[in-house]
Amino acid sequence: MIKGAITGLGKMGLSHAAIVGVHAKVDMVAVCDTSSLVLNAFNKFSKVNTYTDHQKMIDVEKPDFVVIATPTKFHFPMVKYALDNGVHVFCEKPFTLTAEEGKELTDLAVKNGLVNQIGFHNHFIGTFRELKRLLHENVLGELVHFSGEAYGPVVTKEKGSTWRSNSAEGGGCLYDYASHVINLIQEIIGRPEKIQGTLLKSIYSKGVEDAVFSLLKLKGGLSGTLLVNWSDETFRKMSTSITVQGKNGKIVCDATEIKIYLKKAVPSENLEKGWTIKYITDFAIPVDFYLRGEEYSAQIDHFVDCVEQSRQSEYNSFEQAMYTDSVIEMILEDAKK
Amino acid sequence: MEKVLFGDNQFFAVNHLSDEKSRAQSIRFKDDSSIIRVLDQTISLGINTFMCTTHDRIANICDHIRNNPENYKDYKIYPCMPYAHKYANAVTELGIVGTIKQYVPGNIFGTFAKGGLAYLNKDFIKLMELLVDAEMKMFAGISTPVIFIQNVLVDLILGLKMYDVFAAYDSYIRKKYNSEPGYITMNMPALLDALNSVGIENPVICSSINKIGFRMSGGKEIYEKYLNEKEFRPIAMQVLAAGALRPKEAMEYIGQFPKIESVLFGASTKAHIEETKNLIEINLEKRIFYS
Repeated sequence: MIKGAITGLGKMGLSHAAIVGVHAKVDMVAVCDTSSLVLNAFNKFSKVNTYTDHQKMIDVEKPDFVVIATPTKFHFPMVKYALDNGVHVFCEKPFTLTAEEGKELTDLAVKNGLVNQIGFHNHFIGTFRELKRLLHENVLGELVHFSGEAYGPVVTKEKGSTWRSNSAEGGGCLYDYASHVINLIQEIIGRPEKIQGTLLKSIYSKGVEDAVFSLLKLKGGLSGTLLVNWSDETFRKMSTSITVQGKNGKIVCDATEIKIYLKKAVPSENLEKGWTIKYITDFAIPVDFYLRGEEYSAQIDHFVDCVEQSRQSEYNSFEQAMYTDSVIEMILEDAKK
Repeated sequence: MEKVLFGDNQFFAVNHLSDEKSRAQSIRFKDDSSIIRVLDQTISLGINTFMCTTHDRIANICDHIRNNPENYKDYKIYPCMPYAHKYANAVTELGIVGTIKQYVPGNIFGTFAKGGLAYLNKDFIKLMELLVDAEMKMFAGISTPVIFIQNVLVDLILGLKMYDVFAAYDSYIRKKYNSEPGYITMNMPALLDALNSVGIENPVICSSINKIGFRMSGGKEIYEKYLNEKEFRPIAMQVLAAGALRPKEAMEYIGQFPKIESVLFGASTKAHIEETKNLIEINLEKRIFYS
């Protein structure tokens, strides 16, 4: 059995704890958080050991891996301590507050030969994988434009502040919501190299942006738009989509469906001229335990497999997440212009 | 339980196959009267159970039911708590303690006369009971023979292996509401084992059961084994696999399992509701001849 531990028991951390907790290949030995309320619940109802100190947990329990789901500003010291002690790391997104910190951790993980993965879970949704495959098969011909979008109802009222309302701590729509979209664009279409025309808009929040609009220019010259708004209550929950237009048609992809329009049929893919709509039911990745979506279990399954086989993950490596952080920095820089 | 249970996803823009369709639904069911109209149609078709989340808008529907008792004489609601997005968005924004402060009725420090959060730390079961009462308030005076916990919460507790919470919920629902506790899950076999391990026998479990194995965690085979061999009261949901299956083949699959007591489904038009209801009844009744 692989020994796993969790640091940070907020919404994502609890969800990871449940998924790791029932994983057939993992013995979840300990959890760590600063909230006595949450730790007492673990003490009372479960058998895992509880800690308030991440370093002490690593020292005493010596886990094979740790999942870190704390506020972003704690990622750097906590990930570093784990890597220094030979512990594989799954860390929540966004990775770190600066790409420089991310670079240091990426180099350290590589040097120490440790599995490293970030929780950009959209890459474990079958429809987005299919989009990537179809683009790789060149069904759209030469690409001319893309749009990456996300909308949801996180901040819909003017009120109090938490770490999420402080941009220096990785709060705000850019770090929390837009990072998912940037990462999807980066891994599915191409890496953004130049940012123009950024608008960061505060709608209800004070001090941080609730919406991010930007023009991205990718390596190779393709350009497109980033449109993200977490203060849009016409969406019941976060809704992320990627639209790509090429000379032979268009694909619109979200977590539930992939809509393909082609000017000319692509027989090798069995795709006809005109619209073809495919659903997640054809692409969902099978999992042994389901909580809130297959993708959350699938990403942990993948990470555990990598730890077991001592191989680096091809999805969501520190290096990929660090690049996303550097695009975020470019967007912030552009917004100052 | 009746064979056909009418669900509420279509009213609240939940569509597992299309975000676009879900937005269209939220426009169609903007007014409570449009929901009530569909519920009245289900009653005219002989469906007398509405299984719904504890969404804010359900409170308005409950008011309507209480104000028109003659129209809803035999009507039953199976509440499913909590409406998870309400809490999930709150936890993102306010943290766990902040969320408890917001949703536990009254002031938390008033609720626990002395000690506030310090007291709460030692009495999670009391907290659970307070949250159940808060969610159940809107159903006062309405028949609620089965009360469910939503899959997000069931599967979280299951994953954290905090099975005693299930035992506490089970006994509280029986004692306080004189109702049958129910469990919605995406992990039916694991949940049944967990419930049995804390002494909960023959539980009502609502889970995805469909021909293509969609949202049947661990695979279709183990689900079928449990449906054939274990003792529990299954309700099948997502029988159409979010629309990937045709109703006829979907219901024929359900008809193979004598143990399934009810099928949960939702639809927006009378013709569609009638067609699905007939298919469910034909296939569930067929089993009597063969078994």
